[in-house]
Amino acid sequence: MKLKISNGRVIDPANYIDDQLDVYIDNGLVLAVGKSPEAFIPDRVIDATDQIVCPGLVDISARLGEPSQQHTSSISSETRAAIKGGITTLCTPPDTDPIIDSPAAVELLEDRATKAGSANIYIIGALTQKLEGELLSEMLALKQAGCIGVSNGLSPIRNTLVLRRAMEYAATLDLTIFINAADPWLQSQGCIHEGMVSTRLGLGGIPEAAETIAIARDISLIEHSHVTAHFHNISSGKSAAMIKEAQERGLPITADVSPHHLHLSEHDIGNYDSLSHVIPPLRSTRDREQLQQSVREGVIGTISSHHHPLDNDAKLGPFADTTPGISGLETLLPLTLKLVDDEELSLQQAIASLTINPARVLGLDAGHLTVGSKADICIFNPESHCECLPEQFISAGKNSPFAGWHFRNEVSFTLLNGRVLYEREPNHLLSGHSN
Amino acid sequence: MTNNQLTESGRLKHFLTIEGLKRDLLTDIMDHAEQFSSLSGRQVKKVPLLRGKTIMNLFFENSTRTRTTFELAAKRLSADVLNLNINTSATSKGESLLDTLHNLQAMHADMFVVRHNKSGAAEFIAQHVAPHVSVINAGDGCHAHPTQAMLDMFTIRRHKQHFPDLCVAIVGDVLHSRVARSQIQALATLGVGEVRIIGPQTLLPADSQTLGVHVYHDMEKGLKDVDVIITLRLQIERMQGALLPSPQEYYESYGLTEEKLKLAKPDAIVMHPGPINRGVEIASSIADGPQSVILEQVTHGIAVRMAVMSMVLGSQSEQQDDST
Repeated sequence: MKLKISNGRVIDPANYIDDQLDVYIDNGLVLAVGKSPEAFIPDRVIDATDQIVCPGLVDISARLGEPSQQHTSSISSETRAAIKGGITTLCTPPDTDPIIDSPAAVELLEDRATKAGSANIYIIGALTQKLEGELLSEMLALKQAGCIGVSNGLSPIRNTLVLRRAMEYAATLDLTIFINAADPWLQSQGCIHEGMVSTRLGLGGIPEAAETIAIARDISLIEHSHVTAHFHNISSGKSAAMIKEAQERGLPITADVSPHHLHLSEHDIGNYDSLSHVIPPLRSTRDREQLQQSVREGVIGTISSHHHPLDNDAKLGPFADTTPGISGLETLLPLTLKLVDDEELSLQQAIASLTINPARVLGLDAGHLTVGSKADICIFNPESHCECLPEQFISAGKNSPFAGWHFRNEVSFTLLNGRVLYEREPNHLLSGHSN
Repeated sequence: MTNNQLTESGRLKHFLTIEGLKRDLLTDIMDHAEQFSSLSGRQVKKVPLLRGKTIMNLFFENSTRTRTTFELAAKRLSADVLNLNINTSATSKGESLLDTLHNLQAMHADMFVVRHNKSGAAEFIAQHVAPHVSVINAGDGCHAHPTQAMLDMFTIRRHKQHFPDLCVAIVGDVLHSRVARSQIQALATLGVGEVRIIGPQTLLPADSQTLGVHVYHDMEKGLKDVDVIITLRLQIERMQGALLPSPQEYYESYGLTEEKLKLAKPDAIVMHPGPINRGVEIASSIADGPQSVILEQVTHGIAVRMAVMSMVLGSQSEQQDDST
């Protein structure tokens, strides 16, 4: 199948490309960008006039609810949701049920992913057995089974000696360690940011120190062990400042942030809105500004959905009894690009934070449109307007606090390995067979 | 934000929190309570205002005094009252909070009086009941206890005439206190000159000053020249979780003693939402002494709850009138 994407504005930060160019695809690969290859007769032409053509998005952390939690979501619905959101590659943490701490668990998940058939799924394996923070997982076996990194998911390792050994062992195997930084004791009493809103609502607070203490500890051990480390889902400005300082000292540390932490604050909890119940919690407006600045400065290089699909019952109840989590696959791109509209980020920066930056952290050959690479491509329309309607999400999780927000930049096409897996208004935007 | 407790014409549909309510409405509640208060001196204490109405006291958390005064208030208004002590473990056994509610609603309740150990529970229930059902918050987690706050305001008004001239100190475990949160909001709404909270840092909430209060850790400074002292109950389980070393040490620093009381104005009144831990928050001699209005608070609880119930169910008939 030969495909031509014509007349779009191609933004490929990895190759420093931002220009109106045609993209030629053959046999699932990018054949050329710009000049037409000789005697290229496309089977199909996608007219991308006035649209932006960029690499398919890479989401560094998305929970898919599988394998055993089928009542909430399945890999099939969640990967289709990803594709609709322009995401062609996603990475799942090990804290699923069963926990991904053995090659068998990896194979089970990979098998499901293959059957689902859309979006590339990569797996981060468990750092410790059963994520209990006591015994090391068989990291070599996990790596051989295909895991691209290790993590203890949302269960912090309490025992500093175990964490040190785990980092040293991961470093030995050249595995990147992915960290959700949280002090288990300081986090245990709360469900929202400790501050004026927790005080007003009488809800248990999680102080900023729950994150900064864990990051300070982890940075010391990263420095000691020389492991390559990535911090997930940074929620506070002070954490970002600590990461910046460590990066400036040359430590191999990267970080990501979620769109909800870049757009919302503790005040969005309003009157116990459980849709804004998320861990780490939405923090102060000052934190939000500092996180935006950290993305702008490149300290936080990646924006990730931290997708967590939940059924309606999980969000029904008094706030503290509800399950934290936001369904984010279908809002990742428009929320990130909203920061461009708000003049917080440049368009190139925004796209890099969703493509090449996470791909580099994961060590994947993805997130770019280099000639010869797999044709995973997202095309979106910067002039489109739509209202966020979670009930129309493909994801099984309709749990989004962004209902009613107005977005631009709707995805119009998503290509995986040169195949069109999603297109909006199929009869309207297609020009069919032509030269 | 919290105005879903008001009808379109600004009357009380539910009574969930003091936050967002106007001064006139709080004054209205106290004025109504004043009328009901005169009833208790009569031989026949009942009025037929809520005859034919069904009120269900849903207590997901134990309480004797609050439930009893709500029950008495409802009976004096001639309503039918049902008390349900709902073990939260039973609701977690498959039957969700909402299922419980819907079942009770099917028995044609007009009002739920709700106490729950989770902050925001009353708000949650109010969002999910049928439109003709009203909800009164009888205490939700650490969030709000608005009828308690109103009976406290009523008690203060009985003794002190002009709110703007007053300085009120709230002493103790503000962090876990729904009573304190509602009191602070009510005092602010009524224009009280100064509200202070006094306690160790472990028992005061983060960013307390955003509540509009002055924060003190020292009783000597905090009680100076105050008109009203409200001591809060110290839950004994606070010794767990490393919030305090011992009740004795708490009493030493923050217990209200004769000596500390002398720092306040000579005519200061002493309040406590009960039940009292004598020798922990307050010395017995003060709790039973001339400046204490603690038992008055209990008495006023009935009149204030009658006022709130009648105003809330009164707005129901207003709505029904509107729809016909």
